[in-house]
Amino acid sequence: MSAKTSGAKIGTYQVIGTRPIRHDGVEKVTGRALYGADLQMAGLLHGRVLRSPHAHARILSIDASAALSMPGVKAVVTTADFPGSGNRVADLGEGTIKVRDLCANVLAGEKALYRGHAIAGVAATTPQVASEALKRIRVEYEVLPPVMDVLEAMKPGAPILQPDLRTEDLGEKGSTPTNVAKHLRFEKGDIAQGFREAERIFEEEFKTSMVHQGYIEPHNGTALWNPGGELTIWTSTQGAFTVRDQVATMLDVPVSRVKVVPMEIGGGFGGKIPVYLEPVAALLSRKTGRPVKLLMDRTEVFEGTGPTPGTVIRVKMGARKDGRITAAQAWLAYEAGAFAGSPVVCGMMCIFAPYDVAHQLIDGYDVLLNKPKTAPYRAPGATSAAFATETVLDQISEWAGIDPMKIRRLNGAKEGTRRVDGLVYPRIGYLETVEAACGHPHWTADIEKLPSPQAHTVSTKAHRANLLHGRGVASGFWFNIGLKSSCMASVNPDGTVCLVEGSTDIGGTRTSVAMQLAEVLGISAEDVKPQVVDTNTVGYTDVTGGSRVTFATGLAAIEAARQIERQMIDRAAALWEVKPGDVEVSRGCYRLRAGGKSLTFKELSGKLSDCGGPVVTQVTVDADKHGVGCGFATHVVDVEVDADTGKVTILRYTATQDVGKAIHPAYVEGQIQGGVAQGIGWALNEEYYYDLQGRMQNSSFLDYRMPTALDLPMIEAVLVEVPNPGHPFGVRGVGEVPIVPPPAAIANAISRAIGTRLRTLPMSPARVLEAILKRSR
Amino acid sequence: MKSHLTFELNGEATETFCEPRQSLLEVLRDELKLTGSKEGCNNGNCGACSVLLDGRVVNSCIVFGLEAQGRKVTTIEGLAEGGTLHPLQQKFLEHAALQCGICTPGFLVAAKALLDVHPHPTEAQARAWLAGNLCRCTGYDKIIRAVLDAAPSASGGK
Repeated sequence: MSAKTSGAKIGTYQVIGTRPIRHDGVEKVTGRALYGADLQMAGLLHGRVLRSPHAHARILSIDASAALSMPGVKAVVTTADFPGSGNRVADLGEGTIKVRDLCANVLAGEKALYRGHAIAGVAATTPQVASEALKRIRVEYEVLPPVMDVLEAMKPGAPILQPDLRTEDLGEKGSTPTNVAKHLRFEKGDIAQGFREAERIFEEEFKTSMVHQGYIEPHNGTALWNPGGELTIWTSTQGAFTVRDQVATMLDVPVSRVKVVPMEIGGGFGGKIPVYLEPVAALLSRKTGRPVKLLMDRTEVFEGTGPTPGTVIRVKMGARKDGRITAAQAWLAYEAGAFAGSPVVCGMMCIFAPYDVAHQLIDGYDVLLNKPKTAPYRAPGATSAAFATETVLDQISEWAGIDPMKIRRLNGAKEGTRRVDGLVYPRIGYLETVEAACGHPHWTADIEKLPSPQAHTVSTKAHRANLLHGRGVASGFWFNIGLKSSCMASVNPDGTVCLVEGSTDIGGTRTSVAMQLAEVLGISAEDVKPQVVDTNTVGYTDVTGGSRVTFATGLAAIEAARQIERQMIDRAAALWEVKPGDVEVSRGCYRLRAGGKSLTFKELSGKLSDCGGPVVTQVTVDADKHGVGCGFATHVVDVEVDADTGKVTILRYTATQDVGKAIHPAYVEGQIQGGVAQGIGWALNEEYYYDLQGRMQNSSFLDYRMPTALDLPMIEAVLVEVPNPGHPFGVRGVGEVPIVPPPAAIANAISRAIGTRLRTLPMSPARVLEAILKRSR
Repeated sequence: MKSHLTFELNGEATETFCEPRQSLLEVLRDELKLTGSKEGCNNGNCGACSVLLDGRVVNSCIVFGLEAQGRKVTTIEGLAEGGTLHPLQQKFLEHAALQCGICTPGFLVAAKALLDVHPHPTEAQARAWLAGNLCRCTGYDKIIRAVLDAAPSASGGK
């Protein structure tokens, strides 16, 4: 069989590595693509959600009677409308979770645990009536003191969020009420021995703030629960199947009763994996018998959905003067938000992952506090961890007098290095990213010769002298994930192939998956017609997350293509009245081995009805079994610090990354550039800013202040291709790792510019200025 | 009570009814079912709802619908002419200048406003003109390149 099929192997490609126009492109540049909020439907009701004004409060009573008596108000729902969850637990793909917690985050139970926590949902004939109705719902609160700082929350005597929570401490259950949900540990070698081998030990503490994914499209959800008990949900989500499973679990109905239709999604970055509005819309639809649409406004997105945690991280590293790291120890406390489940374990996996260090000890804590329940955000947990490690490594580099690139070469992980959580790396490309950064003209360019964007606004010579420049380097790691993907493919008589998949497309994956199918079949990318469909129309597919779609759904598409090719060989054989073994295929051309007859894929497609009928196939893959390729990146950044104001400007940015094999290089570059931009925002000005009562003070785009086009330079993405042995074309996930190095790289650059280090994010003008003033004292 | 509104929308005389409190964005999306203009913040901070009002780029979420009375409004749906993509639309596709696509209509409209005023913008001009439009996916690199590359064909070689 393998002798007959062209298969897929690393080599020269016709489709892979090219830059075709994405299949959904025209719809998106003409405003025709339908996102969740664009849905129109006859008889549609509009819903709004009442949210807690308090960060921590007991809900004594909810009286909706005044709201329900308003003309146009059709229904109000609260957590009491969920079926009793008891102590049910569910496994929704990321470990077991208490159903009660799931429900209580969507509609608060006995307590409101953060400002913005949903309390009740209203359905009315117009959004305005629904908004008015919210004001007429009377909620009696007993306001409780909030705890807003992760270290405070860990202390005995701190306000307790969930009275029945007990710490799971290295597998043992604690006995007293606490906010610490979990204490985990990874260990490798003998940490004491490692520190004994060191000539110098560096120990530092780092703090990062809660930040939001900042997708431009607010959450939305529309539901119709028909009288036959069939529930349909339309929503912008990273995973239609996870929405189905979460909603079915919360409502205690079989998954077969829930159909989720994924609309186009306006950004997610991890934040559109949990559900917020969908179950509320479903409950409102059940009560009214009509479709109900819920939309969030921007403040609700900030206050009521899952950001990524603020953290406190302590890193202790021992090194020898020759630059070798002898020991690495870390202590990480991550904000889970109001319910357990921060990405601290990911932070622990990633914190020293780029380095081959024999002796390691890592402790991690998952801590509840009165902030929104955190959700994944692009390489969850890894960016804060890298900020700590890469800063300490930079200090070691300065102390040892060894170039930052060289110290990474000396200590970098490679094939065979065992990561602290046990995984032994297959072929990885970390050192290749260091070499690419080192060899890039940026690394050796004279930083003082860069055009300064601020210079023209600076009038005096003295001020100009206060524009300080620095170059920083940092690396990053993300493990990427595999999980399950399904697809179906069918050959059309004109030689095109319809590809039906379950992976929602956030950044061009329809095309990157279609290109892999096209490569195997020897047809063009344009001849594949990819379509993302609902949960009743394709087999189970995990979320678009973990940098997995081009890898995992790509594997499914490759297998589908191989199956089509085998069927096409059979059809050609039937047509020519020979055995399948007498037919060979190369790059989409089917030939009689003996010669004399050949048909292109297109020609053969047109004859299928004469030789057996349509060619259709369906595939499902468990991509973890194929071998997920880890992602590594090394970034170089030049900054300008205005010593009078503390403002940091990014002058030049170069990001090198091992991408395995870039299927569509433009979209790979786009992932890198976008991740870097988010990392720059995280580094310099993004944070959840709370007052003492736990009220977010900057819950608008104006005040949260993500980077604009004016804040950034061009971002050069350098694609390093070290093929992943677990994928026929060598694909590695590329989407997440680019956000990991920027805060550390920028911190290291600022340190070079001003001669002192910042260990708190964001490095806002106030903080930078404070550091400069402290230094000069 | 709804008010009568007449204006020119994408070159066509248009009339509808709207409440005085409705924003132009709501009139476009909810009354006229033109959902190409997006709501990202509803307070003029993200630019996803950018439209041209008498040729000038505005955030339609902070303009009342009735302010369009008797004026000309251009939305993303009016950018392509006679089945041909506007050069900006074509260049956004060629440069992969969109990922999720939610900010794309606003960027295209704002970029058209830029090219109408500066047919051959510098990178700095493009960045300044587009600073009112937030994109969280691309880091702006490919958007700026697409806009600069579209300039010659958008200006018809002028």
